[in-house]
Amino acid sequence: MLDLAALWPPIRLTLELAATTTVVLLIVGTPIAWWLARSRARWKEAVAAVVALPLVLPPTVLGFYLLIALGPDGPGGWFAGLFGGRSLAFTFEGLVIGSVFYSMPFVVQPIRNAFEAFGDRPLEVAATLRASPWDAFWTVAVPLARPGFMTGAVLGFAHTVGQFGVVLMIGGNIPGETKVLSVAIYDYVETLRWAEAHVLAAGMLVFAFVVILSMTLLEKRLGRPGP
Amino acid sequence: MSGGGASIDAAFAGSVGGFALDVAFTAPMRGITALFGASGCGKTTILRCIAGLQRLPGRLTVGADIWQDHETGMFRRPHERAVGYVFQEASLFPHLSVANNLRYGSRRAARDGAANALGFDDVVALLGIGHLLDRAPAALSGGERQRVAVGRALLSQPRLLLMDEPLSALDRTTRDEILAYFEVLHDELSIPILYVSHDIAEVTRLADRMVVLSAGRKLAEGPVAGILERLDLQPATGRFEAGVVLTARVAAQDRTYDLTRLDHHGQPITIPFVDVDIGDEVRLRVRARDVALTTRRPEAISIRNVLAGTIVEIRAEPGTAFAETLIDIGGGRLRARVTREALADLALEVGRPVFALVKSISFDRRARADRPR
Repeated sequence: MLDLAALWPPIRLTLELAATTTVVLLIVGTPIAWWLARSRARWKEAVAAVVALPLVLPPTVLGFYLLIALGPDGPGGWFAGLFGGRSLAFTFEGLVIGSVFYSMPFVVQPIRNAFEAFGDRPLEVAATLRASPWDAFWTVAVPLARPGFMTGAVLGFAHTVGQFGVVLMIGGNIPGETKVLSVAIYDYVETLRWAEAHVLAAGMLVFAFVVILSMTLLEKRLGRPGP
Repeated sequence: MSGGGASIDAAFAGSVGGFALDVAFTAPMRGITALFGASGCGKTTILRCIAGLQRLPGRLTVGADIWQDHETGMFRRPHERAVGYVFQEASLFPHLSVANNLRYGSRRAARDGAANALGFDDVVALLGIGHLLDRAPAALSGGERQRVAVGRALLSQPRLLLMDEPLSALDRTTRDEILAYFEVLHDELSIPILYVSHDIAEVTRLADRMVVLSAGRKLAEGPVAGILERLDLQPATGRFEAGVVLTARVAAQDRTYDLTRLDHHGQPITIPFVDVDIGDEVRLRVRARDVALTTRRPEAISIRNVLAGTIVEIRAEPGTAFAETLIDIGGGRLRARVTREALADLALEVGRPVFALVKSISFDRRARADRPR
């Protein structure tokens, strides 16, 4: 009755999506966080607000705009055309793009806070010790902001695993391609397959608990002054 | 200003957050030059401009190299300047061990092809930090941290060392301990040090030259001894700690009474025993408030140091009970802080012979033969 084999593809897909999204977010989010922490531009808080929008917007709104952007008539469609596709909507790549926007604030904010926490002094010290700004970024700023990177990565990963609305809007429900965990649970409930829904839901519950607990413990450990 | 390549010539004029700064000074390429003034006088800003951490319109040359020239728009960024900077708080990198903090600058200096004038082992020995190398900065005391910070700055092979009140965050005992290390640096290093401080005692003890600053302007610059004798700088150099430095030669060591007997151009001075050799030149510091004046040589008095001299300058402080006097004691000058009433009663005036009774003298250190006078 309980088809455990059928549970695996959505789990694998979800993990792949979350991992890819987290990596992309660390690459894209770090310069944004750095700029938000360091820039003296007056309009930087406007940029910060844009980054934070997904915190407030209903996922369907974000999903709607992304659908248009990724569809055949949007820039996503044009981009897909370069690789012989028609659209980025309803593809794994489209899901990654959507997830990146959706989880961005959860990664950018902790990293920005970490960059702001140590102030200018360590970077000034590095500069007087002949380190170029690029050198100082990697050898001083990144190591000092390590707790922020950890928190950002964990939150970004977990938040991507937990998303539902955006995926439904731009990814639909294609098994093995866009059918992630949360959508699968929704599907099982719709079709009254409670056993499978229970297994996945309980799994998610445990996952969420473990993530939050380990985050808290990690922050406590890293938050201590000095190694 | 000299452009001969043997000095540091700095001139900055501009405003930082509503504070106007306009200062130009020259420092030799050796010894310690103090930037002295009350907090808020702009001395830290000047140091930051020299390091390139802050940019004000101006011009800066170090030896033959131009580091900043406002007219041509030339500006070397901080990491392109061979400076060592010691901040008020040690600011060690918390994620690196002491050894790796020390090597942070030296590795980059080696990469830049800087001459390895200061070796790792020498600097470690000089500052007495060999036993700390494997520790994390968090496990160090305040004094140890500051010593490591100095070592780290030196190992980046700087052409000049900038120190921004490096002792102000430390307690008095630690301060004395670090001062002793700084004196060793002064003697051993061939690079010049610009030392920012608001503590006249510290400046007197360490510096060869000083630049007196007030509210973003330069009041005076020159050898420390000369600046200290200038009564007109009184408001800037402070009342309580105002004083002069004297250089005297060790004449004898008296172990019976634990005294060191000195000769100051023919006049005897005794101080509590210090471990120096006979014939050594020593530097003494005498505060104006520790000197009293009399017109007749006193007899049967417990004060040991009575120096004959002539009044060369008197400056009454209007609105207060006090006046500052400068007394030539033959080869050196003393400052005495007396009341204006005493001036009148004793008929003290310029040219009058007096005896200076010195209640307290502090020994600064061995004077160096190469001390610029």
